[in-house]
Amino acid sequence: MLVLNFLHYPKQLINKLLMGDWLIIILSLVGIFYLFQSLWTNEHAARVQISVGNEIYATYSLNQQREIHLHGKLGDAVISISQGKARFSQSPCNTQYCVHQGWLSHAGQVAICLPNQISLELLGERKLYDSLNY
Amino acid sequence: MKPIQIKTTADDHRIAKLAAFAIALHMVEAVIPSPLPGVKPGIANIVTLYVLYQYGYNTAAWVSILRVFASSLLLGQFLSPTFVLSLSGAMFSLGILWLAFKLPKKYFGPVSLSILAAFAHIAGQLVMVRLWLIPHAGVAYLVPIFALAALFFGLVNGLITSRLLANDWRKVANNE
Repeated sequence: MLVLNFLHYPKQLINKLLMGDWLIIILSLVGIFYLFQSLWTNEHAARVQISVGNEIYATYSLNQQREIHLHGKLGDAVISISQGKARFSQSPCNTQYCVHQGWLSHAGQVAICLPNQISLELLGERKLYDSLNY
Repeated sequence: MKPIQIKTTADDHRIAKLAAFAIALHMVEAVIPSPLPGVKPGIANIVTLYVLYQYGYNTAAWVSILRVFASSLLLGQFLSPTFVLSLSGAMFSLGILWLAFKLPKKYFGPVSLSILAAFAHIAGQLVMVRLWLIPHAGVAYLVPIFALAALFFGLVNGLITSRLLANDWRKVANNE
């Protein structure tokens, strides 16, 4: 009987919730969302590997802030590393997809500039892709 | 030979009756299959919560602990890992309930207490699992799922409890 009442009067049930109840529900949802975010996404990367053409140009630690100037097929590109993240900050390409991809911080993430043939890949303990080629 | 007689008070009888309710619900739940070990509705906690509001914290603690021991004996799990997990979960949620019962009753009802106790319950179990049964960091991957289940079942149990208390829980709690 109790269960039947529940199905018939959902509004009554909602009315039973007090302000603090809502607060706890909302805080719990935020907390759970954060848990999913932090525990179910990939590990933070430690290094970034930069490729120009088919060659691996260099591998840098993400812990040291630096700007890397590169010559691609089209022209000069700039890659920035800061606070465990890396991004294309300048690129001579028309589309600017690589720049708009923004900061990358998780292992396995890649930013590829096809026109300029420069790519960067964040490295973690396991590799998400076996190889990247032009 | 003189038969051994245990003097019982009215309180003892009440605790025994309420614990029997909780044990019965625990038995019902033991039959329900679960998609993931550890994800359970915890309907016996409705009794704990109801008793907390009607008879106070001490009675609720007795009922909860008696339920854990008696149910494990009935299911043949006494002193098994399942029992230890059940006990540590019950201890954690009793701890949280003790604190949460001091929250202002004007804003925090049975639903709040139910959700907090559900989180504490799963936290107590996961701590035990991590330290003793599966000492591996991979346990962390399960935390979000358990937390989501705890929120859902805590909410449902809390709503059932507030329904059972039929709006006079605040009066009752204030009289304590």
